[in-house]
Amino acid sequence: MSGVGPPPATAPSKSWTVKVREKGVDALPPDRLLPDGQPTYVASWIYVFGVASIASLIVIIGSGSILALKGPAWWHYTGVGHFFNSIHMWSVELFFFAMVVHLWGKYWMAAWRGGRGRVWVTGAVTFLIAIPAALTGYVSQQNFDAQWIATQAKDAMNSVGVGAFFNLTNFGQMYSYHVLLLPVAVVLLVAAHVLLVRRNGVVPPFELEQKLPVAARAAPETDGPPRSSTGATS
Amino acid sequence: MSPAGVMGAVFNLNHPAHTVDWHFIHLSVANVVVIGLMLVVFLLAILVPFPGAARRRAARRDGDAS
Repeated sequence: MSGVGPPPATAPSKSWTVKVREKGVDALPPDRLLPDGQPTYVASWIYVFGVASIASLIVIIGSGSILALKGPAWWHYTGVGHFFNSIHMWSVELFFFAMVVHLWGKYWMAAWRGGRGRVWVTGAVTFLIAIPAALTGYVSQQNFDAQWIATQAKDAMNSVGVGAFFNLTNFGQMYSYHVLLLPVAVVLLVAAHVLLVRRNGVVPPFELEQKLPVAARAAPETDGPPRSSTGATS
Repeated sequence: MSPAGVMGAVFNLNHPAHTVDWHFIHLSVANVVVIGLMLVVFLLAILVPFPGAARRRAARRDGDAS
């Protein structure tokens, strides 16, 4: 009887699962996907607002899920419903607040440098998709405010020629956009954005980028065990 | 008085919204306040030192020197 030996040599698999796995690991090795630490220059308040946006988004999704479970009119006639509606609304306020400060910070540090164009684009598109996600929430409130906003927004959409594709006064359509289509788009874009940040590394300050060797710009030093090859000290 | 009633007593909302108008710019005061707050927070985020940042930089310098 033979024991456990080395696996037999086989021809390279053509399986799509193997190809996807190999491409995935090549694009984002585990130590980059979940690193030990972040570069020293990330110790600044301006780098906090990206994760603050994600924290707000988690609260938005959580409170929105509870509101979806109970239906769009629940918040009108119960205190608990009103509470969760307020949590939902204020977390959206915080989401946009943090996202705008994050956008300003990244714009002024030209965060598309060093092959980070797709990071910038996914962030910008997330911001653009989040706007109709919020608008469809306003018109799903089931009150006079929602009616007013829906009729005003309908005229705005008609005036720019896109009114044939959706109807702001159609509650069912707007509610579907708000609780499914647009949130899924935002969450997928945020996930892609975070994975691209992991792959390319957080953009370094201008001053530091000039000091770093070319190879280290894509994956600068972290707060893990010190290595001596870069000048990531400023 | 309920909390909502107290808030209502502090902020009188029983009037048309106050707006800021300048040429084509037409903004509610509430939005102007939020934009101002974002600018203040942006400047503070750049200027206020992050806790432990100096210690991290010193540790990095020590690591590079050794």
